[in-house]
Amino acid sequence: MPQNAEKILDHAPLFRQPEYRAMFANKKANFEFKPSDEAIEKIVQWTKSEDYKQKNFAREALTINPAKACQPLGAVFAANGFAKTLSFVHGSQGCVAYYRSHFSRHFKEPTSAVSSSMTEDAAVFGGLNNMIDGLANAYSLYKPQMIAVSTTCMAEVIGDDLDAFIKNAKQKGSIPAEFDVPFAHTPAFVGSHITGYDNTLKGMLQHFWDGKSKTAPALERKPTESINFIGGFDGNVVGNIKEIRRIFDLFEVDYTIVCDPSQAWNTPTDGEFRMYDGGTTKEEIERSLHAKATIVFQEYCVEKTIKYLQEKGQEVVVLNSPMGVQGTDELVQTIARLSGKSVPAELEKERGRLVDAIADSQAHLHGKRYALYGDPDLMLGMTRYLLELGAEPVHVLSTNGGEEWAKKVQGLLDSSPFGKGGKVYPKRDLWHMRSLLYTEPVDFLIGNTYGKYLERDCKVPLVRMGFPIFDRHHHHRFPTWGYEGGLRVLVSLLDEYFEALDAETSGISTTDYSFDIIR
Amino acid sequence: MSITFEEKKAATRALIEEVLKAYPEKTAKKRAKHLGTFEDGKPDCGVKSNIKSLPGVMTIRGCAYAGSKGVVWGPIKDMIHISHGPVGCGQYSWASRRNYYIGTTGVDTFGTMQFTSDFQEKDIVFGGDKKLEKIIDEIQELFPLNKGITVQSECPIGLIGDDIEAVSKKKSKQYEGKHIIPVRCEGFRGVSQSLGHHIANDAVRDWVFEKSDGKHPGFASTPYDVAIIGDYNIGGDAWSSRILLEEMGLRVIAQWSGDGTIAELENTPKAKLNILHCYRSMNYISRHMEEKYGIPWVEYNFFGPSQIEKSLREIASHFDDTIRAGAESVIAKYKALSDAVIAKYKPRLAGKKVMLFVGGLRPRHVIGAYEDLGMEVVGTGYEFGHNDDYQRTTHYVKDGTLIYDDVTGFEFERFVEKVQPDLVGSGIKEKYVFQKMGVPFRQMHSWDYSGPYHGYDGFAIFARDMDMAINSPVWGLTKAPWK
Repeated sequence: MPQNAEKILDHAPLFRQPEYRAMFANKKANFEFKPSDEAIEKIVQWTKSEDYKQKNFAREALTINPAKACQPLGAVFAANGFAKTLSFVHGSQGCVAYYRSHFSRHFKEPTSAVSSSMTEDAAVFGGLNNMIDGLANAYSLYKPQMIAVSTTCMAEVIGDDLDAFIKNAKQKGSIPAEFDVPFAHTPAFVGSHITGYDNTLKGMLQHFWDGKSKTAPALERKPTESINFIGGFDGNVVGNIKEIRRIFDLFEVDYTIVCDPSQAWNTPTDGEFRMYDGGTTKEEIERSLHAKATIVFQEYCVEKTIKYLQEKGQEVVVLNSPMGVQGTDELVQTIARLSGKSVPAELEKERGRLVDAIADSQAHLHGKRYALYGDPDLMLGMTRYLLELGAEPVHVLSTNGGEEWAKKVQGLLDSSPFGKGGKVYPKRDLWHMRSLLYTEPVDFLIGNTYGKYLERDCKVPLVRMGFPIFDRHHHHRFPTWGYEGGLRVLVSLLDEYFEALDAETSGISTTDYSFDIIR
Repeated sequence: MSITFEEKKAATRALIEEVLKAYPEKTAKKRAKHLGTFEDGKPDCGVKSNIKSLPGVMTIRGCAYAGSKGVVWGPIKDMIHISHGPVGCGQYSWASRRNYYIGTTGVDTFGTMQFTSDFQEKDIVFGGDKKLEKIIDEIQELFPLNKGITVQSECPIGLIGDDIEAVSKKKSKQYEGKHIIPVRCEGFRGVSQSLGHHIANDAVRDWVFEKSDGKHPGFASTPYDVAIIGDYNIGGDAWSSRILLEEMGLRVIAQWSGDGTIAELENTPKAKLNILHCYRSMNYISRHMEEKYGIPWVEYNFFGPSQIEKSLREIASHFDDTIRAGAESVIAKYKALSDAVIAKYKPRLAGKKVMLFVGGLRPRHVIGAYEDLGMEVVGTGYEFGHNDDYQRTTHYVKDGTLIYDDVTGFEFERFVEKVQPDLVGSGIKEKYVFQKMGVPFRQMHSWDYSGPYHGYDGFAIFARDMDMAINSPVWGLTKAPWK
């Protein structure tokens, strides 16, 4: 009998017991009508070939295992960065169930959002009644201070007008006339989750700065010495925003984090469920108009917002997820320049410690070949950091990065001898990456959880980074930005390297002469 | 002195009244119909179900696409399921349901891959049929061992007037009768996942059964052929079920749809009995096979030894003495295991109260397993159940059980706060809410990444998991000692 009450077997060992193996063999032989093992093996080998790669790269219509999600996911992320704000996604309800699940699987935290639950009748007549009833229900039940409305593709295809609908709902008394309902149209068939972040953030700023959809006077900008920081969509947001705040605090400058979900996705288990926690307040949104400058940490998450900020007369410093030593130098020097303050001694010491760590360990990463994929800014930041470490970014791929992005990555690669063999792949997916890993192998892969399928198929160790990370816990609680974050990323790269080396050298009496106790 | 049932029922009614006060009047009136207490002797649970969710209340439900691609079709492992429309739906449902299968992924099986047409604005404006044709060609070139393709419609498809049926027919003809199956499971259809199940079942009827005549001519039937219907092999559930059926002498010719293949679907009309686990998602095709092919079907429950035993005998009653004897010997064989599991865990779990909110069959089916461990289910409800589910639930629940249909986030939180169960069993969206409140929790969709929970082998894991959830030392740490 396979199972045992004393030592209960989980699925992995349970189904390797002889009874189950025999059962699988019988099912396969008699009922599945599978191709022969030879036929399967032939195709397995073919998928590794140059011929397959060419056919794979010739794909024009089919997307396989993409590294991107859709706009409203980014909308929910962005809205979650504002104090006591409830996300209200107008359209089909299944979408909201998906966003909530997706975030909860990554952050291991609750994610609250409501849907207007549109069905067939709304598809025909429009979703106005859903908006009217939905706002009233959400307002009474969940007592938010603000409801941020975005859209699913259904509402976009039928052309629902959010501005008119919200005004109508207010006239009908769903919610008080003065209640803040910023909104953004976030069609899933345009851009990706980072586009949704951009639209939602811009919608939020427009609401508070430009007169709340013509229901209040627009604010007049009166420049101050304050600095805004916009982080963008980021799987490590919990650790990163905390780190960014620490850096600003060390500078002792006046700053505002515009969109900060780092508390909402980091609540304690102490007997109380907090639907809302932390986040940028309305007052902070309003005062952020007057800031002298905004630091945008991830350009491609806020392309439209950048233009909008510039129109308002702010200086906008646009960064591409600057990581590692030089990346963080860029951030720190930007804050120093904008604030007119010198870099705090503590930060300088931290910088030195990161350089110290790199000096200690660089020999292990020098010349190692990396493939990496993910959101466009993360790719720029990591490519730069890898070059700095003397590692070689070989394949840099992004599903939601375009030609402009590709040029920037190429520029980085061209700037270093370690980037010589590197190539950039805009608008490609993880099935393309599979072909690349077979035909032009690398030592390590950097990417999100879905990269584990590539790790399994191509036998390339995966360093988990980006969003989502479902199968490792709590990475998001630690920073990847700042000198501290740089250290954390360095350790991840080294750990994966040492794990791989230990695995390779643990063959008893074959390779274990190199199974060193000191590395 | 313990309170009487009448007092308990009155308290539950008061709780419901109190919760409803938070709603606007119109909404409270509607929600009131979905909340109630079960009363002994009634034919159902006294709640309305399968009605549109109200906007803005934070329903836990999903959509028709989730019901078709995510539940019914997705696990068919040797077919490629295209998430047809924008990128998100396929991304969020990518490999998240833990439908275990065996195969070489990307070559002869495709279960943990995400194929999407990744609709762009131009596809919305000009239509996506041409793109779909090209996608099918590209699949044929890159995945030559695929045994068929399904087109899982996302919301825009039905709104922009694409003719995916015409494309599917055309391409099926071009590829020599290959199964290319359009599924109209746009997310805005119906009120929940449930319609997606139905639509997916109908697609099997119209596009698989109607076109499978003469396939697999060498397939020889036996008098003991059965098909497992409505087991998605989450964490290996169908496997730990199949092994019992085979041990009692039956021949399982198909699994619907966990670890299933298109050949298994095609051969199912040759079964002598369809055995149905998830009634909600696959009763439609079972009824169809009964009408069209005269195959009887029987519902069963493989959670916990009491229900397994009952079900094995019920299934065996449709066969001859050989099988009946087989069932008895299976029951006898595993008795030592379940006795040992109960002896180990019942002392740690007896008297613990459970509240459930799940989909499909679980709000009723798992009750017996908890009771085998001495636990009591004091509240339950369905995400997308119909009245026939609530009728079936009456056989499981006790007088006075709190019932909540399509519960909202707000209601569920308040109910748990007041009822104070020792364990909540629901989904990922609910898990962390209750854990923050200090309430032990198990995900009862994904088995919280554990399982299987079906069969005797699964029951041992179920018991262990419930114990580790409830008796974890962490629940003693939630209050700071200085508070």
